[in-house]
Amino acid sequence: MNSIIMSFKDVTFTYTPDDQSVRPAVADLSFSIEEGEWIALVGHNGSGKSTIAKLMNGLLFPQAGEVAAMNLTMSEESLWDIRSQMGMVFQNPDNQFVGATVQDDVAFALENNGVPHEEMVVRVKESLRQVKMEEFLDHEPHHLSGGQKQRVAIAGALALRPRLLILDEATSMLDPQGRMEVIETIRELREETGLTVISITHDLEEAALADRIIVMNAGRKHKEGTPEEVFLTGNELTTLGLDLPFAMRMTHLLREAGVQVLGEHMTEDELVEELWTFYSKK
Amino acid sequence: MDILLQEVGYSYAMNTPFEKRALHNVNIHIPSGSYTAIIGHTGSGKSTVLQHLNALLKPTEGSVVIGEQQVDAKTKGKHLRDIRRQVGIVFQFPEQQLFDETVLKDIMFGPLNYGVSEEEASRRAHELVEQLGLPADVLEKSPFDLSGGQMRRVAIAGVLAMEPDVLVLDEPTAGLDPKGRREIMDLFHELHVKKGLTTVLVTHSMEDAARYADQVAIMHQGKCVATGEPKDIFSNEEQLLDYRLEPPRTIRLQRKFEEKMGIKLDSISLTEEALAKNLALAFLEGREAE
Repeated sequence: MNSIIMSFKDVTFTYTPDDQSVRPAVADLSFSIEEGEWIALVGHNGSGKSTIAKLMNGLLFPQAGEVAAMNLTMSEESLWDIRSQMGMVFQNPDNQFVGATVQDDVAFALENNGVPHEEMVVRVKESLRQVKMEEFLDHEPHHLSGGQKQRVAIAGALALRPRLLILDEATSMLDPQGRMEVIETIRELREETGLTVISITHDLEEAALADRIIVMNAGRKHKEGTPEEVFLTGNELTTLGLDLPFAMRMTHLLREAGVQVLGEHMTEDELVEELWTFYSKK
Repeated sequence: MDILLQEVGYSYAMNTPFEKRALHNVNIHIPSGSYTAIIGHTGSGKSTVLQHLNALLKPTEGSVVIGEQQVDAKTKGKHLRDIRRQVGIVFQFPEQQLFDETVLKDIMFGPLNYGVSEEEASRRAHELVEQLGLPADVLEKSPFDLSGGQMRRVAIAGVLAMEPDVLVLDEPTAGLDPKGRREIMDLFHELHVKKGLTTVLVTHSMEDAARYADQVAIMHQGKCVATGEPKDIFSNEEQLLDYRLEPPRTIRLQRKFEEKMGIKLDSISLTEEALAKNLALAFLEGREAE
């Protein structure tokens, strides 16, 4: 049976505890994530996503409620145990490099954790292989493309063999190709290792690939469900500052233009398939 | 205001062992009043071109003509002051440049520096805050107490307060949520039309380039390899792939549809609305043909 790897129970956090007039960044938030799931956490700017990420790794502690991870309640004492089992990758690929070469960079956290040298060599190679960057061992990080940098950052996180990988808008500064590379890497990683992934994102195409989506609005959980369930609410997402995946937007526009599309399609191929069936029947 | 890049070459760290060639023989004409999108893979030289548009960088070869003024390797810095006012650049993540105590002071900073009266600068700040959809009470707040999306808008207001003739945008919506992205892009387009601005957009988003621009320039390995109208640039998929770019999603979907049906639509779909219309038309014609 799958076990719960991360849970929030009635969590409230405010940056201004003395000022009641400011709405809390996160309010009465509850959810739980099972080991092996791929979760997309979406929401408009200011909806509380980044605060949630900081609550997840103990950079912040809630004023009310409880955060638990890896069967431990988040506290000053458990924090290090919890962090040692999770990896995080942030938005800006240029802000997270310390090593002079790709392999030094991936090895950095291992060295900090006192992993013996032979073991380090094995893990660095292994994790760079997982993100398909093994040929770049001796390259200087600043000569890589954005997508490559983020893959190296993911490798750095993987080298610690985490149970949970948190991506905090890790694709938002990349060009379309870089974004695809990173999403593809996550997808393959999950196939290979079943790693639990929490991806905080604005990219609805990326969210559509997740097992489950949690939609945040103004600090509260607005909805939680499979991509189908979440996207079927249609324009509701648009009013929350979000959007639908491209194929669904097109489905709606086609209906408005008088083409009777029946299904709600999340991918372009599905949409084209239905259009073809429809077209060839006439 | 016209901008003309003529045989522009640029090397970083010239005459040092670290010299690195960023641009080779770049020729781009940005006509007054046009909306030009510059696209290209990461590292293609887009940002280096952008910094030539208001002489933040001076070409090491060739010249850049900005309005009346020509800038080349020998142009002195003090002659560039006017250019900096006429050409406003919204850099990537411009909110990182906010610094003043209040939003009002921050927006007024640029105009005051250029000798605009206190009264006029304040009037512009009030007007821009409203135009950018910010609540009026932000003016007295510290920019650092605002949300990320609001900070972005304040930083953009600071550039617009200079009332530039040319507005250069470097990935202005990176990191914003989809609604914020659309609102800001629509606003730039509205300003472009209303104020007769010359707009240059540097972007990774083929969709934005296709929707808003009337001219597209492709940068590749430090060279400008193609310029043309969006419909021509984006319907040439082979060329795009050669330069490691992809067509906008709308065109990709159109092609999938055409291939599957074995038909060809009349025109290329640069926007989602256009694609819906083109597809609907194809269905209609299909019906008539029976």
